[in-house]
Amino acid sequence: MAVATPAVAEAASRTRNPVLAFGRAQPLGAVSLVAIVAMMFGGIFAELVAPYDPLAIDFGSMLAGPSIEHWFGTDAFGRDILSRVIYGARTALVIGFTSSFIGSTAGAIVGTASAYFGGRLDSVIQRFVDILLSFPIIVLALVVVAVLGRTLVLGIDVNLIFAIAVPILPKVARVVRAAALSVRAMPYIDAARAAGYSHLRIIVRHMAPNLVAPYIIMLTAYIAQAILLEASLSFLGLGVTEPTPAWGLMLSGNASDFFREAPWMILFPGIAISVAVFAFNLFGDAMRDWLDPKFKL
Amino acid sequence: MKRTALALISAAAMLAFAAPAAEAQTPKRGGTFTFAISAETPNYDCHGSDTYATLHFSAPFYSTLLKFNLDKYPEVTGDLAESWTVAPGLLTYTFKLHRNVAFHDGSPLTSADVKATYDRLRDPPAGVVSTRKATFADIDRIETPDPYTVVFKMKAVNAAMLEHFASPWNCIYSAKRLAEDANFPKTNVMGTGPFIFTEHVKGSHVAGKRNDKYFRQGLPYLDGFKGVFMLQAAAMLNAFQGGQVLAEFRSVSPAERDRLVQAMGDKVRIEESSWTLNLLVVFNVEKKPFDDVRVRRALNLAIDRWGGSQGLSRTSTLRSVGGVIRPGSPYATPEAELVKLPGFGKDINAARAEARRLLREAGVPNLSFTLHNRNLAQPYTPGGIYLVDQWRQIGVTAEHKQFETSPYLAAMSSGNFEVAIDFSNLFMDEPSLGLAKYVSFDKAPQNLSHAIDRELDSLFDKQVRELDMKKRIDLIKAFEKRLFDQAYQVPLLWWHRIVPTNKVVMGWKMSPSHNLGQDLAEVWLNQ
Amino acid sequence: MLRYAIHRLLLMIPTLIGVAIVVFFMLRVVPGDVVEVKLRGDGGNVSEETLKLERQRLGLDKPLIAQFGDWMIGLATLDLGKSMWTDRPVIEEIGIRLELSLQVAVMATIIAVLIAIPMGTLAALLRDSWIDYVVRLVTIGGLAVPSFWLGMLLMLSLLTLFNWLPPITFTPLYVDPVANLTQLIWPALAVGYRYSAVVARMVRSSLLEVLNEDYIRTARAKGVFENIVVSRHALRNALLPAITVIGLEFAFLIGGLVVTEQVFNLNGIGKLFVQSVSRNDFTLIQGMVMMIALFYMLVNLTVDMLYAAFDPRIRYR
Repeated sequence: MAVATPAVAEAASRTRNPVLAFGRAQPLGAVSLVAIVAMMFGGIFAELVAPYDPLAIDFGSMLAGPSIEHWFGTDAFGRDILSRVIYGARTALVIGFTSSFIGSTAGAIVGTASAYFGGRLDSVIQRFVDILLSFPIIVLALVVVAVLGRTLVLGIDVNLIFAIAVPILPKVARVVRAAALSVRAMPYIDAARAAGYSHLRIIVRHMAPNLVAPYIIMLTAYIAQAILLEASLSFLGLGVTEPTPAWGLMLSGNASDFFREAPWMILFPGIAISVAVFAFNLFGDAMRDWLDPKFKL
Repeated sequence: MKRTALALISAAAMLAFAAPAAEAQTPKRGGTFTFAISAETPNYDCHGSDTYATLHFSAPFYSTLLKFNLDKYPEVTGDLAESWTVAPGLLTYTFKLHRNVAFHDGSPLTSADVKATYDRLRDPPAGVVSTRKATFADIDRIETPDPYTVVFKMKAVNAAMLEHFASPWNCIYSAKRLAEDANFPKTNVMGTGPFIFTEHVKGSHVAGKRNDKYFRQGLPYLDGFKGVFMLQAAAMLNAFQGGQVLAEFRSVSPAERDRLVQAMGDKVRIEESSWTLNLLVVFNVEKKPFDDVRVRRALNLAIDRWGGSQGLSRTSTLRSVGGVIRPGSPYATPEAELVKLPGFGKDINAARAEARRLLREAGVPNLSFTLHNRNLAQPYTPGGIYLVDQWRQIGVTAEHKQFETSPYLAAMSSGNFEVAIDFSNLFMDEPSLGLAKYVSFDKAPQNLSHAIDRELDSLFDKQVRELDMKKRIDLIKAFEKRLFDQAYQVPLLWWHRIVPTNKVVMGWKMSPSHNLGQDLAEVWLNQ
Repeated sequence: MLRYAIHRLLLMIPTLIGVAIVVFFMLRVVPGDVVEVKLRGDGGNVSEETLKLERQRLGLDKPLIAQFGDWMIGLATLDLGKSMWTDRPVIEEIGIRLELSLQVAVMATIIAVLIAIPMGTLAALLRDSWIDYVVRLVTIGGLAVPSFWLGMLLMLSLLTLFNWLPPITFTPLYVDPVANLTQLIWPALAVGYRYSAVVARMVRSSLLEVLNEDYIRTARAKGVFENIVVSRHALRNALLPAITVIGLEFAFLIGGLVVTEQVFNLNGIGKLFVQSVSRNDFTLIQGMVMMIALFYMLVNLTVDMLYAAFDPRIRYR
């Protein structure tokens, strides 16, 4: 387990440009980074990149195969699949990033607090973590989505983000707590307490810097999981809803009916999910190897 | 090129539809017939159910008093009743029962069983759910002068009574069993139908074997049947294509049909019909600005039903443009008159210009609201996607929100929505059934727009009493005109039923309702 | 060790109670209820009075606190109640589906272990060789490809290429092993790929770690034949983290086959879960969550016990 890793500082000092240093040390990671940046570019500038309006229905060209006009073909409503895949990247990234960020951050705070204060608070928190952990991820998300229904903010379902973030929380909390316990045992923490510093100051100034590495590793690793979970929920009809472009949703409904006459309908969104998750996993691995090779999820 | 391919498929499908007449052959006996059911019934009691899931499961085990003659739909014919008479004035119905009918436990069927069944339907004892209590509220008393005669005395005239006696949900139960436990049929299957219940594996399938003592000589042809629950359409199609299931009796979508035809060629038979179901757009008149008739009218005008029908009918079960009555029914308004009604015109550009004008006049040119919809792939999702697109074209932003069945229904019945997609599901074309949904909210709670309109109410009451068909049709047209002018709730499109059966399946009959004709007595396998 | 096991078992009780409380109140926030879905879901024109009577029968009209009391008392007497949809005991509903889900989980585990351990070991021994790179890419691929998509492709290619499909209804293994295996091997493969990827990655990384430890270096320096070193010392210790992962994934599969069961139309726990959620069948959802949670905790405990048994360095208080 990670103990007071100076890797971040060390890595940064190796060269002026951390991106270059990362690329040199982790070539696979660099490749995945390129894929992620491309995906982000597509997602952010979807309006400029996508050749068509992803919502525009055109019964005149429904189920058209890949062609110059429609590179990935069209779906049962004549909507351009390439455009929907590009806009789908936005959905996946927004949901993936925010839910992983919320889940990991909340988990890290809970884990650190649990380790630092110890005692009764620690056991109470640990019971809560146990409770959350014993709900399987997808079951938990199913219940949360069914319970909260759907609340859209800027076209993105905030309850869905919450549903995906909740199962991430206990996993991160448990790992960060373990890391934080080792930091807590360091003499300088006792020294700081003896000096009468406030709890908040000790946590933020002395403990947090040593927990950044596991936090970042978990954060990147769970982006991939969050994207996958969003796709699964949307496939089940419990995630993103039509007509919002989302990869999992594009696979659901009648998409597989058209396997013979329009295989592109299930191929491209599936590939998009796989590539995105692949890239984030690879990047997560690379981050781990770079920041803290001994860290285990 | 794609289009030609599709056109070819549709042509093939049409040909297949025309084919059955030519296939008349002597039925063969034997074999087990496996078909798919896309939902699983919560329990076995027909009386407390309104879903085909119960019928496709239990219809083969039961008989009813009358049934619809699917060769001459909507005519009714006898099932347990050998003959019947209706007294002039429609206040007395007398049924003579077949004499050789036995329940699966061996006991003979008598008029007491019919009486017990209808008493349970119209006045269920405590703890029993009858969803047809209101339907039979007009029955005053039921008499059984002898074991094979049942007499229904009515309190009030109900022109649709015979059709109700033919309703597939009125399974006849054993009086003895009901006396022992009023909820016996909920957890046990024991009827007089062509098949005897053998097993129900939860989540998997139901199975039945031939009733050798079935009262119709020589029937059923099959040795047995197996109804497999297949909730995912994709899984069902795979199994159909692989020959593991031989039919799906509710409906498949056009895309699913095309896939089956393409993959199976002449091994699949496709039968199509307009369907007794439709989708409606409901405006909640208790929410602003939908209390303003101009807004409702504008949103109705913006929907290109003819264009939508053409496009949507190729991928969804939505198809026929129609008013309040199923197109194809003798009571339906013909197309030539329909196009004169608001929202049904063929010049969509003019309609949209008018819609924009109305919205400006109402002071909401950039209206935005949420469209409440059910989260079901067919045909709710395509319907919702299409509406959002149509309204976008007059500058209106509709946010499409889909819910699971439970929260969807809860919001609908509590009026917690602005605009919603509602549906109606009738098992026959009787106009009073269809029109009831549009009557004022204080009289018909199923009117989810919460509108109160006495003019509609009075037209409705007049057509119920009108015995002359021609005059009745005129009243229905007047009703329709008033309804579409006010646009509290308007039909979007009627559904289209597409039933695929494997070519080996014979003797099953197509109808405009998926609730009818599922006892499988005359089905046989041509193997 | 026995005291530790008892301590852990006792700790499960408050956690289970917590799960019971959380799931109960979570569900009551859902708008609508099972009665409406059952009687109005297919367009039935049912009166409010009928709905009220049915709610009364199911006890849904009682105050929340009374319903909660019933639930807790039921739990204490090991009675999960009856499904609100079918009126059958929850235990019975779950029991029917458990065999299938367990079997798929076991088969996927076997597939995963058979693939993962050689792959992970090879990759670790030949670190940074091309084999290692291939293994890493294949395993990351396993994490990336959604198993439901893999399942869809699998079914559709079987159908398109061979015009053949696995059986559609479940036959227990002891009744007809061939029919049983031809149905379940496909979902097991679709899930097993991801599963083996998770395990292989764990085997590789923990083996690498162990290979760097002092006692292995000592053994090597003593000239013991390298293969023996790997098999006797390193692999044995490296397997411990792999066991953890296998255990956790296995527990996850019992309730986590949700999407895969949909694709393959399997009558398992996951499908039942989706159905009961869409029907608002509170009692059944509650019962399933309790069962899955209990299962997860027991698997976790077993894994920890195995840890203790395998690794003498670990001592429990």
